[in-house]
Amino acid sequence: MGRLGETPSQTLGPFFSIGLSGEGENVLVSDGVAGDRIRLVGKVLDGEGQPVGDALIEVWQANSKGRYRHPDDTRDELALDRAFSGFGRAATEFETGEYWFETIKPGPVPDPEGEMQAPHLNLILQARGTLNPLFTRVYFPDEEEANQADLIMRMVPKDRRNSLVAEPEGGDPPTYRFDIRLQGEGETVFLDV
Amino acid sequence: MTEPIVRHYGPKAYSDHPPFNYPDYRSTVLRAPTKDMVKIVQTLSETTGPGPAWTELSEEDADLTTNAGTGGTALGQRIIVTGMVLDEAGDPVPNTLIEIWQANASGRYAHWRDEEHPAPLDPNFLGAGQCITGEDGTYRFTTVVPGPYPWPNHRNAWRPSHIHFSLMGPALGARLVTQMYFEGDPLLGLDPIYNSAPEHSRERMVASYDHDVTEENWATGYRWDIVIRGPLATPTDPEED
Repeated sequence: MGRLGETPSQTLGPFFSIGLSGEGENVLVSDGVAGDRIRLVGKVLDGEGQPVGDALIEVWQANSKGRYRHPDDTRDELALDRAFSGFGRAATEFETGEYWFETIKPGPVPDPEGEMQAPHLNLILQARGTLNPLFTRVYFPDEEEANQADLIMRMVPKDRRNSLVAEPEGGDPPTYRFDIRLQGEGETVFLDV
Repeated sequence: MTEPIVRHYGPKAYSDHPPFNYPDYRSTVLRAPTKDMVKIVQTLSETTGPGPAWTELSEEDADLTTNAGTGGTALGQRIIVTGMVLDEAGDPVPNTLIEIWQANASGRYAHWRDEEHPAPLDPNFLGAGQCITGEDGTYRFTTVVPGPYPWPNHRNAWRPSHIHFSLMGPALGARLVTQMYFEGDPLLGLDPIYNSAPEHSRERMVASYDHDVTEENWATGYRWDIVIRGPLATPTDPEED
């Protein structure tokens, strides 16, 4: 049977915040959330190292038990958290290209071979000038062993894996920095999902 | 331990989509990745997404002519825009969050950065709306025809009338942000963003006038179906293996 062709992707343009960036969507946690709170910060840079001040970053992640709020994640033994949806959005700041999220560190999620993946956040980046969504993942620097064993990480060329690991910045709650370089030296790994 | 359901999606049909770098659209030049995407196997992280759990929308969110909440009505030609969200197999995709945004009838966005085009704002038009597709995959918005507007890409550049569409379907990997254009718009062939899509697929972004969608004494209507990535087949229940 013939399959239908996909509707082509287009840029979200410079004015997406009218439709897509609701207030407070970069705070994924609310009172009583289970798990370790973290802060994710970073900036988006173009091929000349200039800040990209009109990018939208979306995050999708499992809760502290490693469960996604989705009907296909049928693992009822891992409780859903009423205080955590797992989805957030942040628009980069116009002058600096900076973004931040307040969230929790996700628990591990299984891969199709039945092994546990290293804890990670899934990011989608779109901006004026990106014609397709860019998918990437954020891994944690304090999970070195799990990161090395991670199925997806092992598919990434060795010399580029570092671009997927956030840098610890300390603080309370612990802050992790994940800068996204669209081009050039240290170009972030983007995933064909 | 229960096994989660991991659906198998076919590879993204990159040949249906624009390239990352399309120099006629100047903003792509410094923002397109230069290295190949790294192909990965799909895990629960890619085959789930926030779409199905979305709630908290009301009927009013889908009517852009009144949802500014001023009690007034937006200026411009009132239209109904409706259609279905389908996957590649032709199956309707329910529970998909659709968020739209657009310029007003004069070609101006209600955004602080849209300040170079000397066209009037409309206090009764925010230019944003949301809905969730029904069980049969349909969506429906009421809005006004957006005006074309100038942009600094090249000399005397004008964007054709368009409505931005964001779709959050069942899976992160099926995320789609696109633009809906209008049948017969003379600016289409001149627009590098529209033309960034391959020739064989770009007309899929063009809505058709449909007299059956119009409402007498109220609004004209356009129909536009959207196709997003879908699973290749329903996976077997692991407990039956």
